[in-house]
Amino acid sequence: MSIAKRPNPLFRNLNAKIAALPMIATTLVVFLGCSIWTVIYSFSKSRALPVNEFVGFAQYERLFRTSRWLISLENIVIYGVLSLLISFVIGFILAALIDQKIRFEDTFRTIYLYPFALSFIVTGIVWQWILNPSLGIQETVRSWGFENFTFDLIANRGTVLYALLIAGIWQGTGFVMVLMLAGIRGVDREIWNAARIDGIPVWKTYLFVIVPMMRGVMVTTLVIVAAGIVKLYDLVVAMTQGGPGIASEVPAKYVYDFMFARANVGQALAASTVMLTTVLIILIPWVYLEYGKKKAQR
Amino acid sequence: MTVESYEITRAKPSKSSAKEPSGAKPLRRINPTRIMLYSVLLVAAVYYLLPLYVMMMTSLKGLPEIRLGNIFAPPMEVTFAPWAKAWDTACTGLYCEGLKVGFWNSVRITIPSVIMSITIASVNGYALSNWKFKGSEVFFTILIFGSFIPYQVMLYPLVIVTRELGIFGSLQGVIFIHTIFGMPILTLLFRNYFAALPEELFKAARVDGAGFWGIFLKVLVPMSAPIFVVAVILQVTGIWNDFLFGVIFAGVKNFPMTVQLNNIVNTTQGVKEYNVNMAATLLTGAVPLAVYFFSGRFFVRGVAAGAVKG
Amino acid sequence: MNSISIRDLSLKFGEATVLDQLNLDVAEGEFLVLLGASGCGKSTLLNCIAGLLDLSEGQIIINGTNVTWAEPKDRGIGMVFQSYALYPQMTVRGNLTFGLKNAKVPREDIEHRVNRAAQMLQIEPLLNRKPGQLSGGQRQRVAIGRALVRDVDVFLFDEPLSNLDAKLRAELRVELKRLHQKLRNTMIYVTHDQVEAMTLADRIAIMRDGVIQQLADPFTIYNQPVNKYVASFIGSPAMNFLDGAYGIDEQPSFTSNNLDIALGRYNFKTRAEDNRPIYLGIRPEHVHVGNAAQEQPFNSDISVEVVEPMGSDTLVWTSLDNQPFHFRMDGQATVNVGDRLPIGFDPVKASLFDKTSELRL
Ligand SMILES: Nc1ncnc2c1ncn2[C@@H]1O[C@H](COP(=O)(O)OP(=O)(O)O)[C@@H](O)[C@H]1O
Ligand SMILES: [Mg+2]
Repeated sequence: MSIAKRPNPLFRNLNAKIAALPMIATTLVVFLGCSIWTVIYSFSKSRALPVNEFVGFAQYERLFRTSRWLISLENIVIYGVLSLLISFVIGFILAALIDQKIRFEDTFRTIYLYPFALSFIVTGIVWQWILNPSLGIQETVRSWGFENFTFDLIANRGTVLYALLIAGIWQGTGFVMVLMLAGIRGVDREIWNAARIDGIPVWKTYLFVIVPMMRGVMVTTLVIVAAGIVKLYDLVVAMTQGGPGIASEVPAKYVYDFMFARANVGQALAASTVMLTTVLIILIPWVYLEYGKKKAQR
Repeated sequence: MTVESYEITRAKPSKSSAKEPSGAKPLRRINPTRIMLYSVLLVAAVYYLLPLYVMMMTSLKGLPEIRLGNIFAPPMEVTFAPWAKAWDTACTGLYCEGLKVGFWNSVRITIPSVIMSITIASVNGYALSNWKFKGSEVFFTILIFGSFIPYQVMLYPLVIVTRELGIFGSLQGVIFIHTIFGMPILTLLFRNYFAALPEELFKAARVDGAGFWGIFLKVLVPMSAPIFVVAVILQVTGIWNDFLFGVIFAGVKNFPMTVQLNNIVNTTQGVKEYNVNMAATLLTGAVPLAVYFFSGRFFVRGVAAGAVKG
Repeated sequence: MNSISIRDLSLKFGEATVLDQLNLDVAEGEFLVLLGASGCGKSTLLNCIAGLLDLSEGQIIINGTNVTWAEPKDRGIGMVFQSYALYPQMTVRGNLTFGLKNAKVPREDIEHRVNRAAQMLQIEPLLNRKPGQLSGGQRQRVAIGRALVRDVDVFLFDEPLSNLDAKLRAELRVELKRLHQKLRNTMIYVTHDQVEAMTLADRIAIMRDGVIQQLADPFTIYNQPVNKYVASFIGSPAMNFLDGAYGIDEQPSFTSNNLDIALGRYNFKTRAEDNRPIYLGIRPEHVHVGNAAQEQPFNSDISVEVVEPMGSDTLVWTSLDNQPFHFRMDGQATVNVGDRLPIGFDPVKASLFDKTSELRL
């Protein structure tokens, strides 16, 4: 009997491997290579151009002595926490309300989600106009006779962040709502019958039965929304340009400005490495949880 | 990792029961709870619609009327001049040729980027679901993680890479970047879709002598129209709305509409023409809004699947 | 000449070994059925033969050619799947011709082969329809047609009838048999349905956990199962197993608490030593009732516990020596719970299995 030799596995299904080359190159060069390059050069003395002179944590020390960076960090933390909280609460409530066999469900959903289709630039500019203290809502309400009405969030250092928040929530809640609605409807219908027979009020069923069962959707949404918040940039550029002063600066903008406008690459790279670290801190526990769960199921 | 948890990618032939509202049975008669319910939904709807309304009204008013300071009031005298100006003569930095330049730039960026990114990602997804090879899952996992890395982390090295390739500051440059950053989500989308197709179909095609490309082009692509539609919607809106990559990689000559809009609104000197600004904003938002309103269900699916993009 | 020879085939999915050192020869023109519970590796084996899975070890020879690493299309096989796997966007004709076009068969030849297959399967009126417009039975005919037009010597079927309802399944089963008698191709047919296996097969290979337990014609499999697993897998209702010991005082016998069954003319494969724990297996249909029971070498009285009338016959549940026992009666007989009935059987028809190895004695 003739024995057929095992062909070289490298050339088996060669077409598939060739077809996957763009992906392989992207993962290796861009997602791994570029990130690692950034981390490495964040330890260099680079200014206008990257240089091969390494100075340890000097860039980081400087970074954390810069008030603009500290404000950026503080802003993104406050913005992030509030934006997560509010968009989850509103998103879930809207999803639960829409779930009540209402008429015009599609219309309502369409209305809540359309801002998500828009660019952050568009969102920023619209809300900049609406919140404009001299001609926007404030002036409008005053013209109705409420002379002392004040609504100038965007013009005050202390409150400008909330102006961003209003715009960000407006744009992002619809997305949270859609995912929550999918989550709610993914729960077995039998649960509702069981809860009804047990005489549990609807709101209690949502809060204590449905929400715990939606853990997967919640966590996924959380990770996605959080990773998006870290990237916050366009909205700030369009709405406040970081102002008044530097009151609404955010890390992503810090990176961009130092990289391209102020020609201080070293600072930009150190700042982006901090951003990367933050994302990893969000991501790793999630991966760990998911992986752990999968392993346990086997 | 839970790549699976957001795979809402396959078209359901019929509405499955899980997609039906699961809440309490509706009561036929109007009762206070129902009234409350609709009131809340309506108030929320007003909040979401208000900016669109304000944009519209402002863009149709003359400047003197705007200065009266009532952004909610409909125009006493409707004028389309702001729209004309926004499109044709508004100043975007050095030039005063209006948004039309940006519009056509966005078109020239979006169309090839959408085609490139979808072509590459669909082939990736196909290779990953049907032709797994050693290490393919590893690359895929890195790719998905990559989509969570803030773009800022990769910006500078990518500037170097595109400069070396000689495409920095050009249409090709920004198309290249969109193709790269569209890859994770689209690959995920296609991989999950193809993986959900019956495996026996793929086997039958192999027995029938179709190869890697034959199976893809003759068997899988013709039966995957829905997912291509979702991908196109996702990419058209995503790329049209992009600001960061356009401003960095496209070059001044090719700035997309979003960048030019921002320039009109935020960098012009002299009198602020709010009506022109709002007309410009509406013009920039028009394409994604049109896509959104016409695609409805597909957009929602794209959003759910495109969740990774964040 | 053997149509298919499989030598020492092993297949692993990662750590899990699904097929281990498997050998199988299929004669030319033979209808071989791979039978086993779901998950035992039947499809895996079939996919290996088709070239849809890469082997971990071993060799596969089809019609004298070593095809271990050949592409599926180059193996001279046609395959039919459980889910039909028709290309949804192509018409029936498109489905039938897809493979031929890939193989660059001349147009007239394609036309000829499609017409012949369509005629044979009575799907001519359907040629211009899409699979979505066909019923399950029609789809499976088209799927069979797709294998037919390839003009190959070997057909592989992976549970082709499992998605059909019972009536259609019976119809198509007969048709498949007719097809085989006409074409005389080699066919390997995977199923978990023993009726299909018994009715269609020239030989049956019973698989369990990736190992072929017994490879024989249906008659042998039914009458002389090589081990307890095969014995219990084949036959419905399942074989009775009485728990006891083997004895050779004056003559070979099976003994349990109150039973002593002389084994008489039982055809031993191997001799067992005295007092060895064994099972005695006897099929429900080999148990005689009433007057006929008296003539059997072994007989006893039992009391009826449960009656299951099935029309053509009636299944009676009882116990024999405090062990569950069931048998078949004529469907016309009237039996009631509590009735005492004489039963009997001939140990020649029984199967003895060693209790530890579960192998046939
Ligand atoms: N692609 C695969 N990866 C891992 N395990 C598999 C794969 N395909 C099948 N198996 C496992 O191999 C075993 C045999 O499967 P299969 O051949 O499909 O069984 P059958 O067709 O007899 O029902 C099963 O335990 C199944 O879980
Ligand atoms: Mg199977």
